[in-house]
Amino acid sequence: MNSAVLDAPAAPRPGLQIDTKWVVIGACVVLVAWLALVPLGFLLWQSFLTPQTAAKSAEFTLGNYVEAYSSLETLRLFFNSLQFALGAALLAFVIGGFFAWVNERTNTPFKALFFALSVIPLIIPGILFTVSWILLASPKIGIINTILQEAFGTSIVFVNIYSMTGMIWVDGLHYSPMAFLLMTAAFRSMDPSLEESALMSGATVPQIAFRVTLRLAWPAVLASLLILFVRSIESFEVPALLGLPVGIEVYTSAIYQAVHRYPSQVGLASAYAVTLLLIASLGIYFQSQLSSQSHRFSTVTGKGYRPRTMDLGRWRYLTAGLFILYFFVVVALPFLVLLWSSLQKYYTAPSFEALQHLTLNSYRTVLDNPSFGTAVWNSLLLSLGCATIVMLVTSVISWIVIRTRMPGRWLLDNLTSLPLVFPGLVLGLAIMVCYLTIPIGVYGTIWIMLIAYITRFLPYGMRYSSTSMLQIHKELEESAAMSGASWGMTFRRVVLPLLKPGLIAGWIYVVIVSIRELSSSILLYSPGSEVVSIMIWELWQNGQYVELSALGVMLIAALFCFVLLAQFIGKKFGVAEA
Amino acid sequence: MLNVTALCTEYASAGGQPVKAAQDVTFEVPAGKLFTLLGPSGCGKTTTLRSIAGLERPKTGEVRVAERVVFSSEQGIFVPPNQRNFGMVFQSYAIWPHMNVFQNVAFPLEVRKQRPSRKEIADKVMRVLGAVQLEELAERDATKLSGGQQQRLALARALVMEPQLLLLDEPLSNLDAKLRHRMRFELKRMQRDLNLTTIYVTHDQSEALALSHEIAVMNEGRIVQIGSPRDIYERPRDRFVADFVGTTNFLDATVISANSGNGRCQVSTRFGALDVQCDEPFRQNDTLVVSIRPEDIELSEQRPDRIDGENIVAGTVHAKAFLGEYLDFQVKVGENILLARAHPSLRTPVGEPIHMRMKAEKCVAIPGAH
Ligand SMILES: Nc1ncnc2c1ncn2[C@@H]1O[C@H](COP(=O)(O)OP(=O)(O)O)[C@@H](O)[C@H]1O
Ligand SMILES: [Mg+2]
Repeated sequence: MNSAVLDAPAAPRPGLQIDTKWVVIGACVVLVAWLALVPLGFLLWQSFLTPQTAAKSAEFTLGNYVEAYSSLETLRLFFNSLQFALGAALLAFVIGGFFAWVNERTNTPFKALFFALSVIPLIIPGILFTVSWILLASPKIGIINTILQEAFGTSIVFVNIYSMTGMIWVDGLHYSPMAFLLMTAAFRSMDPSLEESALMSGATVPQIAFRVTLRLAWPAVLASLLILFVRSIESFEVPALLGLPVGIEVYTSAIYQAVHRYPSQVGLASAYAVTLLLIASLGIYFQSQLSSQSHRFSTVTGKGYRPRTMDLGRWRYLTAGLFILYFFVVVALPFLVLLWSSLQKYYTAPSFEALQHLTLNSYRTVLDNPSFGTAVWNSLLLSLGCATIVMLVTSVISWIVIRTRMPGRWLLDNLTSLPLVFPGLVLGLAIMVCYLTIPIGVYGTIWIMLIAYITRFLPYGMRYSSTSMLQIHKELEESAAMSGASWGMTFRRVVLPLLKPGLIAGWIYVVIVSIRELSSSILLYSPGSEVVSIMIWELWQNGQYVELSALGVMLIAALFCFVLLAQFIGKKFGVAEA
Repeated sequence: MLNVTALCTEYASAGGQPVKAAQDVTFEVPAGKLFTLLGPSGCGKTTTLRSIAGLERPKTGEVRVAERVVFSSEQGIFVPPNQRNFGMVFQSYAIWPHMNVFQNVAFPLEVRKQRPSRKEIADKVMRVLGAVQLEELAERDATKLSGGQQQRLALARALVMEPQLLLLDEPLSNLDAKLRHRMRFELKRMQRDLNLTTIYVTHDQSEALALSHEIAVMNEGRIVQIGSPRDIYERPRDRFVADFVGTTNFLDATVISANSGNGRCQVSTRFGALDVQCDEPFRQNDTLVVSIRPEDIELSEQRPDRIDGENIVAGTVHAKAFLGEYLDFQVKVGENILLARAHPSLRTPVGEPIHMRMKAEKCVAIPGAH
């Protein structure tokens, strides 16, 4: 439909009835504003209150901030968080950036396959990735240690995953596929003739890579580093599982500890959360500044023409080998470790001896567990519901932002992206506080988790929707209007079908990240509303490693099938791109 | 039938200063006629068309179709585009890629308040597809059509709703030259057969001249002249119009005598005194510009006898260009160079003297300072 009509919503129009258009738009705007702003308000408010007990109600205080900032502990917390996040971001960037360059800019064999494989790490949830590395590299039971100790006949601990280095390693590795995707996009938007002219000037491949490619991609490099930094400082699984047992605390694990202390110190947790929120906001802010800049200077030539790639000579077999090794470390190894452990009765490192005792016992235990059915059902309900709602709402929002000239649409755009700065744990905390205070009966039910998921993944959905909205020529809508179609009809019959490929891709993504979601759920679940990732968490807390592995293997397999199926359906029923 | 009165449309721009894309646009189109908005790119043609369609909301003005007011800033009326029943062909054609040919054309019928029966829809769609010679391709994916077929599909979609008014935004500009010529005739035939009131937007002057009953030439958001194709071409009332439509020679001139009622006056130019066509009232010593089309300059090697209502000027051949159907001569008169178009049989060599004969009615006086 057209934008001009929206220009002057206040203009008098005789006989105006209640219009579907305004109802839908209004509902979406109110929903987004509510989701993005209200929990934030409650979080800030809570951070100024004393803990509420049966005897004493909450009072205003600055004590939480005093406690959060005055102790030496705080300095260590800050330093730890920074070290962890910087280390993990750099590691992820170096690995992901290198393979992105190899994939986009060199003649390494099997590139198409590698690119297809690069989405697979996405389906391994952070908690399973972390657990598998514990099984690999813990000082006592880690496979690497036991094998090396046996081989050399010593009892020296070779690798210890319970350390800052271990945390950085696991988190960096886990985020490297994201770095890969970010940098692939950056390399793709670069004019290859700039590299070619360097080649013609006689530069070698490493010289071109460092002195031309990397320099040109510099804004994108910084932006990617910032995103990775924010992601790492927000990550919860790795610090909780690897850091807490040896007393290395970062902000996220400190928030978790504060909530789970008795009596629970929600105010202190909120004060930490506000700090974390500030750091994340700063990161996101600079990142968006950089991105808009790099967008302005980007030298896309378009026309869909593939740049010539650099000839690596015999080195290209090395790069292919490295890629295979990488894939092994990031996907195959964790999965195989989980698979091995799931087939044991009690956890044992691999050996011929243990090979004799393979059993499917653990799978039976998991399937017999009464909460298994509930968890799977809840996970399914939440992820499918969340993905559907997120994609529908963001398709309307992106339409408003891109197609209309409504006043305040930039605000709407920013509101939708605002949850990006909420670390999962902080969002969980904020929503918990919010719905504890507003008694609408969602606290302790699955609905509060749905709210959390929708809020958390709104920005991702928005990115998919608005990217595809930008590709739809506005005359396609206008011609529907000229044909006499109402706004609702145009949206349903023209806009949504044309958005379908983007919406399906976004929907798949949101389903996957919703199923993996742990850090918000962990503060919001209660008996009866647990999800699969929470069940994994509880199995870990109980030390039931083999059952955890069995559940993990089933989850990864299910997600893998889901991705294949979804892509198949998407290809079959998606619209051919015009 | 269509009355557009004092239409002004602005766009908000980043700088704060609004872009005045269409200003004080006023015209009238009688029923069944094809009216063309002609002008260079960026002059506001599309904006005007979209304002009539209701896709833009003009700031002021009024649009009336057969006595139905669809927009009026004064009365606060704005009929949304989907209730105007105007057919429109967009410059990009805007063919919906997720529907096939049939579905694209059926859409306007399906979204009607009183939806016709399935059979009626099918009948109507096939009839319209027949009219644009696409009936064989009804089941084809809309994305798998050639440019010309897409254009006809877009037209069919606009026609199927039996619109009160047909709006066409550069419908031929995406086609190659040959096809463009053919479609020009087809469009004209169809418009005359269906007797559809049509507004046609183009930047191509030959298209406008060939198709229209009436042309409005636009420049910088304003209409500068409205007239029949012949009027626009032969009697431009504005320097911009004379220059934009066709090729022309401009001569600065001053009025010597604004005599007689036959629309002639005598002016002095660097070539001496000329009799020219004056449609505006001029007074003595007014400055003006004379426009002479190259094909209206008759060349001959012998000096022709001057009869009343003609001007004879002598010059030398400065350069020649052979263009197949005709020959372009650049004739030098003093320091000035005039372009003249002659039959290829004229073979006067470069540097030789030559004589130009120009009928007074073809030398059009246009007001304006030098
Ligand atoms: N959506 C818009 N926002 C701002 N300015 C616009 C917009 N559309 C057109 N314009 C400006 O309005 C003027 C007229 O544009 P348009 O009507 O498209 O010209 P034409 O169709 O004659 O080429 C141009 O200067 C153009 O830049
Ligand atoms: Mg235009």
